[in-house]
Amino acid sequence: MNILTVENTYKAYGDFKALIDINLSIPEGSIFGLLGPNGAGKTTLIRIITQIIAADQGSIKINDEPLNIKHIQTIGYLPEERGLYKKMKVGEHLLYLAQLKGLSKKEAMEQIKIWFRKFDIAGWWGKKVEDLSKGMQQKIQFIITVLHKPKLIILDEPFSGFDPINVNIIKDEILNLAKEGNTIIFSTHRMESVEELCDHIVLINKAEIILEGSKKTIKEDYKTNTFEVEHKKLISELDDGFDLKNQEQLEDGFYRTSIKIVNGKSPNELLKTLIDKVEVHSFIEKIPSMNEIFISTVQGGDHA
Amino acid sequence: MHKIGLIIRREYLTRVRKKSFIIMSLLGPILFGLVGVIPIWLASREGDEKVIEVLDESGYFRGKFEGTGSVSFSYLDNSLDDAKSDLNSNNSYGLLFIPKLDLDNPTGITFFAENNPSIEIQVSLERFLKNEIENIKLDQSGIDQEKLDKIKTDIDLNIINITDKGEKEGNVGVATAVGYIAAMLIYFFIFLYGVQTLRGVIEEKTSRIVEVIISSVKPFQLMMGKIIGIGAVGLTQLLLWVILTFVIYQGVLTFYDIDISKSKQIELAQNTDATPNADADMTEIFEKINTINFPLMLGTFLFYFLGAYLFYGSLFAAVGSAVDNDADAQQFQLPITLPLILSIVLLTAILRDPHGSLAFWASIIPFTSPVVMMMRMPFDPPVWHIVLSMISLVIGFIFTTWLAGRIYRIGILMHGAKVNYKILFKWLMMRN
Repeated sequence: MNILTVENTYKAYGDFKALIDINLSIPEGSIFGLLGPNGAGKTTLIRIITQIIAADQGSIKINDEPLNIKHIQTIGYLPEERGLYKKMKVGEHLLYLAQLKGLSKKEAMEQIKIWFRKFDIAGWWGKKVEDLSKGMQQKIQFIITVLHKPKLIILDEPFSGFDPINVNIIKDEILNLAKEGNTIIFSTHRMESVEELCDHIVLINKAEIILEGSKKTIKEDYKTNTFEVEHKKLISELDDGFDLKNQEQLEDGFYRTSIKIVNGKSPNELLKTLIDKVEVHSFIEKIPSMNEIFISTVQGGDHA
Repeated sequence: MHKIGLIIRREYLTRVRKKSFIIMSLLGPILFGLVGVIPIWLASREGDEKVIEVLDESGYFRGKFEGTGSVSFSYLDNSLDDAKSDLNSNNSYGLLFIPKLDLDNPTGITFFAENNPSIEIQVSLERFLKNEIENIKLDQSGIDQEKLDKIKTDIDLNIINITDKGEKEGNVGVATAVGYIAAMLIYFFIFLYGVQTLRGVIEEKTSRIVEVIISSVKPFQLMMGKIIGIGAVGLTQLLLWVILTFVIYQGVLTFYDIDISKSKQIELAQNTDATPNADADMTEIFEKINTINFPLMLGTFLFYFLGAYLFYGSLFAAVGSAVDNDADAQQFQLPITLPLILSIVLLTAILRDPHGSLAFWASIIPFTSPVVMMMRMPFDPPVWHIVLSMISLVIGFIFTTWLAGRIYRIGILMHGAKVNYKILFKWLMMRN
């Protein structure tokens, strides 16, 4: 079951095309990475899904239902550009935004209490926002996003400006929310968090989707059959079918070498060849990182 | 709508709870009250008995000076030097010395006092002496007092307005004052609260809260909620001012036991015609104030107050949405504030001819109509002028709100963009 389906969506600002023919579907309960360089169209797509702006063409469905006003309550959105009313008190602020999302005052109070306990901030109710530190304000912003128990949570660069401790707190909460069956769309440039959290990704560049799928399949697709070996003694030459890519010297006479297997030979055959020549200390397949995939596809797209 | 209600509530409560609002609400009426009360209080203070000593060597004026409630005269017979040296000890207000006079060239009349006499007393003494000497000269030329009284003529122009409902008495002075106050209040409030709307929008933009909010409500709802909420703050402030001013005014009057009609009686005895009529004058003014249709005034005031605020408030909101800070707002504020200032400038011309074509058009065009129409209201403009002006204001604010809404929905999402009129126009035309 897909919680969100985007079909043939197109959006232009004047002459500038912000999104061209976007198609994607997000399975319920997944943590979905929406990736792309600055200005690729991520925020535009998010703003369309959150009904802040309307698409020029195409259809958006949430749980197979065309996007409409009642979906505001289904979605929790943490924008990249985010802030709070500085003069308001924390409790009133949360209450106000929760009610704007459609919660009754009573429901809102209950939820606020739950989150206050979870983040251990019970004493903050009467504090003015401007008296909170930046990290504290970010916690409040995160609570605002999830207070109305949205099934679809959209986080645009959620970790920007967070200190490492808060990053971990929020990361744990994101994983918890996913475990509870909520779907998370996660828009970011920070590939290490994508690596860690996401199970599906879509990569947008210049208003178009250039890569989409589960993290595992994408990585499989981008594997180059390259192995990384740590060994003693220099490798001077290899048999046919093995391509020596790169060799660097480590301390104490150790070397690290990347070897690509070509024309159908198996990793075991490579290992056998190596054992004859050098003393092998480690042998591992090189899986491309999301960062590498990101850079190579975006740049590849540029050259194309 | 429920969500607009929530927004209105927040905008209203956060502002009404502010210290500055409470201080303004209290200080305003105290200032207004003082402006009203101080002159009366000062006038009544002069009610303390002042004795002016008169040393008349000419003999023309003995017994002629008539005291009023606050000033009395006593006549001396000793020498000028004695009288002068007694002045310090006997607590009198001053000494009026009249030497032997040549009536054709009356010089040497002197007022001795420890402090400068008030301008009022100086003027009345001069006027009295002048009149008295003229009378003596007239008398000497053979015109007797009876003839003289017959020659003197007093004119008070009665003004009657002819309306459908018959004739009624009007008064230009009172109407002018009432119109001015109403017009200035509207002008003042549009400025004060229009700028608050602008600031509020800029604050939402710069604090970056706006995107969170418009993922819950439509930009138009947010804009309207803000405009209405701040308008309600304005109304509250106005109401508080009116009530508190009235309470303070009444309170002070009661406390000092001041009778308003006394304040008019600071003239000296020379004005023999006016003094006995002072109470009658006051009654007349009150009667004339009563000829103004206050329920109608109040009703139209509220209408124009709200209409003008909605008309201008949405324009201020649009400007706020297009810029990132107060400084950038200046250039776009000018075209909004210009017509407002113009309407104040026009008031003098409107007063000269409250039913002329300038007055008519200025009270129909919604940019100037609220201020100008309030100025015209006490002069009983034709009903169809009022109705047309109101309809045009309603159409006007529907239009400006629509216009503002279109700029606002795009503007609030823009950060750091340098905006000019061309870009604003593009936003206006942009599809949703």
